[in-house]
Amino acid sequence: MKILVPLKRVADPDNANKVKVNGGKLETTGLEWKPNPFDEYAVETALRLTENGTNPKARQGEVVVVTFGPKDTETTLRAALATGADRAIRVDAADDALDGDLVARALKALVEKEKPDLVLLGKQAVDGDSNQVGQLLAEYLGWPQATFAGSIQSEDDKSLVVGREVDGGTLKVRVTLPAVVSVDLRIVAPNSVRGKHTPPTHAYADGVRFAALMAIMAAKKKPLAEVKLADLASDTALKIKYTGFELPPARKAGIKVKAVSELVDKLKNEAKVV
Amino acid sequence: MSKILVVAELQDGKVRKATHSAITFARQAGAPFSILAIGAGAQGAAASVTGFGAEKVLVCDDASLVGPICERFAPTIAQAAKAGGFDVVVVTASSFGKDVAPRVAAKLGAGYAPDISGVKAEGDKLVFRRPVFAGNAYATCEITTALKVVSVRQSELAAAEPSGGASPVESVALAAKDAAEGRIEFVGLEAAKSERPDLGEARVIVAGGRALKEQFAGVLDPLANLLGAAVGASRAACDAGYAPAELQVGQTGRVVAPQLYFAIGISGAIQHLAGMKGSKTIVAVNKDADAPIFQVADYGLVADLFQAVPELVTELKKAQG
Ligand SMILES: Cc1cc2nc3c(=O)[nH]c(=O)nc-3n(C[C@H](O)[C@H](O)[C@H](O)COP(=O)(O)OP(=O)(O)OC[C@H]3O[C@@H](n4cnc5c(N)ncnc54)[C@H](O)[C@@H]3O)c2cc1C
Ligand SMILES: Nc1ncnc2c1ncn2[C@@H]1O[C@H](COP(=O)(O)O)[C@@H](O)[C@H]1O
Repeated sequence: MKILVPLKRVADPDNANKVKVNGGKLETTGLEWKPNPFDEYAVETALRLTENGTNPKARQGEVVVVTFGPKDTETTLRAALATGADRAIRVDAADDALDGDLVARALKALVEKEKPDLVLLGKQAVDGDSNQVGQLLAEYLGWPQATFAGSIQSEDDKSLVVGREVDGGTLKVRVTLPAVVSVDLRIVAPNSVRGKHTPPTHAYADGVRFAALMAIMAAKKKPLAEVKLADLASDTALKIKYTGFELPPARKAGIKVKAVSELVDKLKNEAKVV
Repeated sequence: MSKILVVAELQDGKVRKATHSAITFARQAGAPFSILAIGAGAQGAAASVTGFGAEKVLVCDDASLVGPICERFAPTIAQAAKAGGFDVVVVTASSFGKDVAPRVAAKLGAGYAPDISGVKAEGDKLVFRRPVFAGNAYATCEITTALKVVSVRQSELAAAEPSGGASPVESVALAAKDAAEGRIEFVGLEAAKSERPDLGEARVIVAGGRALKEQFAGVLDPLANLLGAAVGASRAACDAGYAPAELQVGQTGRVVAPQLYFAIGISGAIQHLAGMKGSKTIVAVNKDADAPIFQVADYGLVADLFQAVPELVTELKKAQG
């Protein structure tokens, strides 16, 4: 199976409370770039689907990672290559020259060239929290989509049974490939992904795999191609225009209560909520 | 002037309360709106939204529209939007809304903005407000295309009250199936049945974290029962299997804003705060006085939860007389 994984780098999500707003502009200076966590999960999922988990070195398919961004986003691609992805593509573009719709339209052109069986991506990039590229891409391709995947079971790599994490529980769907699948947190639990080549008794380590030093060196030699955005999308107009930012209203400082009885008194007589 | 189509979300043959927040969006935008009730059983559900001042309540009731498979719904929603000359399509920012809205947008050539928390009409422009970076900043944005699709947050837009009158009900046609629909199949929905209120609608939420271990339900249920509360959980509690995944509150779970939120044995990671910071009153119980949850809590109690929560139940019972 051939899988295309779009991945984005984002300002460190664990320090997102340090974003600043200056004159209506958002500032993330000082925050380290990190791969979008959901995209790391997508890479891990793609690797699990294209290997025999008991012998991951012998690849059983191809994982191509792609990012849209300036030159320095190649670091993110190299990191994915080091964990096991086979090939990388960088579509050259400035971050603020992109929106979800443009990324999706360009990805469509890339999919038509690369012809993957599956596009696996994060359910949302945790900077804009926009949650749309996968769905837009699926519609542009005329493919089915399974968003918010918490589990995937391959049926001989011809179809997938996907457990989707929805508001009311887990919704299982079967999609016939090619398809678009966006992944949620629990996709990297030990038994969430059942690939074609891995024996059903095999349990993975929880979470994403780390790259060994040797693999980091080897990743420098893996192919990384650069593509011009204009070669993938003729119309580069954005559909969303951000005009300003502000910080959320601060919560008024709370207090520490000393005992349960004091808490109950406050809830009853001050906040009047019980 | 815009013309808005509010897509009602159905569950078990009823319109979900979150739809009322989408109606609030339409009223804030100050534009005439219609409501589309779509799904198996929509005919019956439509009556519950005829009193909100919509120009029309459109209905597409078809046995094939069962199971929230967005490939079945998107073609009809897009077709109804086009046929009715609507230029803004609004859904709720639920898992269904977020799944289907971009597909509708792509069909219409529309731009899509998710998780809208407010809207303002400025001249003939609509200006939207939405959280980014896990709610650590709010953006104002515009959609540059003539047709626009948005999803709105139930936690940020108060539910609309009925305004009286009776909107006329009209049927709309089911769209032809597209290729994608033929390649997806509904296998099943595993949902834990619960008598508790929905997280999005509860006045009180009692949420627990990793600290509760196997005693998650044992410790929290008495408190939740007493207050008629919904139960929520942190990701760590869900991942460990102490609570079902659909109870997760946070950036990647439900976003909630009840009157009262208890965070019990929850550290207060950024991703959790993203889902509950908007709650009116926040109570935190944690044995670590430096836990970040205390930075957003109105009332913090530094204590061992296994003692504090049962005591809280007893004291609350006393206080309620
Ligand atoms: C991409 C991504 C998305 C995420 N999305 C979410 C999300 O939607 N929701 C979410 O919740 N998390 C989310 N997380 C995870 C988040 O970062 C935290 O790991 C998680 O919220 C921690 O859960 P917790 O507070 O229950 O556990 P912990 O961090 O382990 O905290 C347990 C707390 O319990 C306290 N404690 C322990 N014993 C006791 C006791 N006896 N009495 C009182 N207090 C006690 C401890 O002091 C501690 O503060 C996400 C993470 C990532 C990377
Ligand atoms: N600039 C980008 N480069 C590569 N992939 C992207 C980019 N933006 C979004 N994506 C992919 O689309 C997913 C959803 O993003 P979004 O719809 O922006 O929340 C992300 O998890 C990525 O997999």
